[in-house]
Amino acid sequence: MQIYADNAATTALSPKVLEAMMPYLTEVYGNPSSLYRTGGIAKDAVEKARENIANLIGAKSASEIYFTSGGSESDNWAIKGVCKILKDKGKNHIITSKFEHHAVLHVCESLAKEGFEVTYLDVYSDGLVKPEDVKAAIKPETALVTIMYANNEIGTVQPIAEIGKICAEAGVLFHTDAVQAMGNVPVNVTDDNIDLMSLTAHKFHGPKGCGALYVRKGVRIANLIEGGAQERNRRAGTENVAGIVGLSKALELAVSTMDERCERLTKMRDRLIEGLLKIDRSRLNGSQEKRLPGNVNMCFEGIEGESLLLRLDLAGVSASSGSACTSGSLDPSHVLLSLGLPHEIAHGSLRLSFSDDNTEEEIDYLLEKIPQIVEYLRSFSPLWDKIANENK
Amino acid sequence: MAYSEKVMDHFANPRNVGEIPDASGVGEVGNSKCGDIMRMYIKVEGNVITDCKFKTFGCGAAIATSSMATELIKGKTIDEALKLTNKAVMEALDGLPPVKVHCSVLAEQAIKAALSDYYTRQGIDPTPIVGVITECDHEHGCGCESCG
Repeated sequence: MQIYADNAATTALSPKVLEAMMPYLTEVYGNPSSLYRTGGIAKDAVEKARENIANLIGAKSASEIYFTSGGSESDNWAIKGVCKILKDKGKNHIITSKFEHHAVLHVCESLAKEGFEVTYLDVYSDGLVKPEDVKAAIKPETALVTIMYANNEIGTVQPIAEIGKICAEAGVLFHTDAVQAMGNVPVNVTDDNIDLMSLTAHKFHGPKGCGALYVRKGVRIANLIEGGAQERNRRAGTENVAGIVGLSKALELAVSTMDERCERLTKMRDRLIEGLLKIDRSRLNGSQEKRLPGNVNMCFEGIEGESLLLRLDLAGVSASSGSACTSGSLDPSHVLLSLGLPHEIAHGSLRLSFSDDNTEEEIDYLLEKIPQIVEYLRSFSPLWDKIANENK
Repeated sequence: MAYSEKVMDHFANPRNVGEIPDASGVGEVGNSKCGDIMRMYIKVEGNVITDCKFKTFGCGAAIATSSMATELIKGKTIDEALKLTNKAVMEALDGLPPVKVHCSVLAEQAIKAALSDYYTRQGIDPTPIVGVITECDHEHGCGCESCG
């Protein structure tokens, strides 16, 4: 059996999305900025997509949507763009959380070198930011609060509406990286009081290399990419027309099927979690209830994450680990450490993330294979010997 | 990062896994905070290492280097085993990704730790023969106490 269980990393392109994109990869190759007919058709497609996306996220106007190359660019632009404007007004403080994506954390670190003060909020053992912590951290110099909608490793869904309300009342701008949440939980920028929001197509069966930044009307933001007059002078570069059409179609499909999919995936997720928790000395990372429907993130004491992943790969399962061994760094995941897990446990994590394409039969297979692999790796783990001896 | 076929072979089918109950020497290096622990068991008869087994907590490279190191010293004399280098382990595995080189260092040190224990049990000071065992290659800054 071959199982793709790494949908939080990226998803398969939906055939319906590809079909919608195809004309713009073939006959409609005109530049949307050109005056002739084929340029006009491309321009119409881009504007239609903008309108559609605005409606799907609850924005008041299509002019609040800007197309980008994806989540990282949107995060960089939102944070750097807002901070550049507000720094001149004496606002030099950013509030974020300890377990943001690196596209947010590294931007904050680089702004810190330019004189910004950054507050990194705790996320506690349940993997949730406390709204009252946000409230307490806001001060007159605060330029921006940036808290992710849902975490990419452990899938915990943050109290975004509450945080948005606090920021709105305090008159502080609020950005959220909604890359993981989009299409998986209901998102409404108006109801949630969100000023800026990042999203990317490839997390919900759209193409890679195309995303968007929502910027509420009236929010001033400096440009990140300078050049031509595209995106109403805000983001230069010839539009990725096929990508934009794909983003729009993929989001439309994800939102229109959300309720049914979430119900099915939540059941599958909870069955898998309950089965895996039967393994001795295993734990679920982050809240089970306030969690993306397709996310399972577990630690198994006494084994290391990469060897678990490689064994799963040999068994036909594509999964991922919080252990950064897989990404070429040897430090354990900053997300798991932020939950208060010790290093030795954070090394042994496994993330399985599901989409529409996954089945109950696959969950059966995982429930059969994972306990076997954990038992095998523990059978020759000196760390497991120590853990077992301590409990005698 | 990709592992060679040999690394994957030794990871998928590790050789000499387990313990030797009446071992002549046992050595352990690494720590759980770094994410790697290797424990080596050797059986010495005369001057020859007649058996060698390992237990390892760690990544794919840690398991593969442990397996290969046991293969390289099994049946060899103590003198030959003392000459085992991390480079030899790496070469026998057709190379390791740069971030995993420390696993081969750990495998070499684990063998030396087992030999040290063997000498200590004989009442012989191992340091002049085996050298100083470095338990962890801390260049990667794993966050353990030794790394600071």
